[in-house]
Amino acid sequence: MADPMRIRAQAADGKATVRVLMSHEMETGQRKDAAGNTIPAWHIQQVSARWNGATVMNAQWGPAVAKNPYLQFAVKGAKAGDKISITWLDNRGDNRTDEAVVS
Amino acid sequence: MKRIPVAGLLVTAMACALAQQKFGADGIAEYRKMLEDGNPSDLFEARGEELWKKKRGPKNASLEQCDLGKGPGVVKGAFVELPRYFADTKKVQDLESRLLTCMETLQGFDAAEIAKTPFGVGEQVSIEGLVAYVSAESRGSGFNLPQAHADEQKMYELGKRAFFYRAGPYDFSCASCHGEAGKRIRMQELPKLTSDPGDGVGFAAWPAYRLSSGEMWGMQRRLNDCYRQQRFPFPGYGSDVTIALGVYMGVNAKGAQSIAPAIKR
Repeated sequence: MADPMRIRAQAADGKATVRVLMSHEMETGQRKDAAGNTIPAWHIQQVSARWNGATVMNAQWGPAVAKNPYLQFAVKGAKAGDKISITWLDNRGDNRTDEAVVS
Repeated sequence: MKRIPVAGLLVTAMACALAQQKFGADGIAEYRKMLEDGNPSDLFEARGEELWKKKRGPKNASLEQCDLGKGPGVVKGAFVELPRYFADTKKVQDLESRLLTCMETLQGFDAAEIAKTPFGVGEQVSIEGLVAYVSAESRGSGFNLPQAHADEQKMYELGKRAFFYRAGPYDFSCASCHGEAGKRIRMQELPKLTSDPGDGVGFAAWPAYRLSSGEMWGMQRRLNDCYRQQRFPFPGYGSDVTIALGVYMGVNAKGAQSIAPAIKR
């Protein structure tokens, strides 16, 4: 099981700014280990964000995203007390969902 | 009439040089500012806190009774007073060597075995999280290393000698790079470590997350890399000379605010 994400969401001026830090290796599949064998690709492929249960964003990610990715976006209309949940799915089929309350 | 285009060229060249300057040091500062918001050290802190509280090792115990210098279990403010003298081990210890002691005495791990483990493998990974957690608990505090004990003073003197000791194929010392203000390697500014380089600079900026490699580096790993760049053999994880250098840099940085765990390029 992957480590939890760190999600911060702050409401201001009619929108909530969401900052997400994900814990993931994000291996590209281009690198070789000390023995010369290719290190298999292992990275997040899909990220989705839900605001009180309704999907507000879907993203497709690839190997170009750095290790331990950071994502920031704004949700229009979100207020303090609302719930924001983030889900990622990687190419090994592993996934993780974490939730935060807008402050 | 030929003068005008030449003058024009000169102005263009100067404008370029100015733009280049802004692109240099200021650009890097701007880039760092942008990174701070998403510092992945947060992830290491969370992992470290969990490791601190989790029962692990042959003795199935947590580290919550570990004495980092301010009494068993006190983490807040401990980091900015390290390295310091510990009566139980009769040694001056830095954060990492102290954690090894706790992992051995409380949890039953083999400290010598962990010290020999390469960085980023096995229990060294646990230490990455633990140093992030412990240092974060002192974020914003000023360094205030104790110098009352004779051994602490001795370590300062030893650290000073090690800092100025020139050797190796390049005839390098720590002071070659860090003995004067305003030096840099490529675009990387080098802090002057013989006095306080300021808040969040030099000793006050480690442990840090290295963005280029995606790793959390403690002071031991930082020093290991300094020695590698000097073409010195590494004196060993948690060895006296690395701790002495920590005492020297830490005492010199008295009052400097710690921003650890920081983020580095």
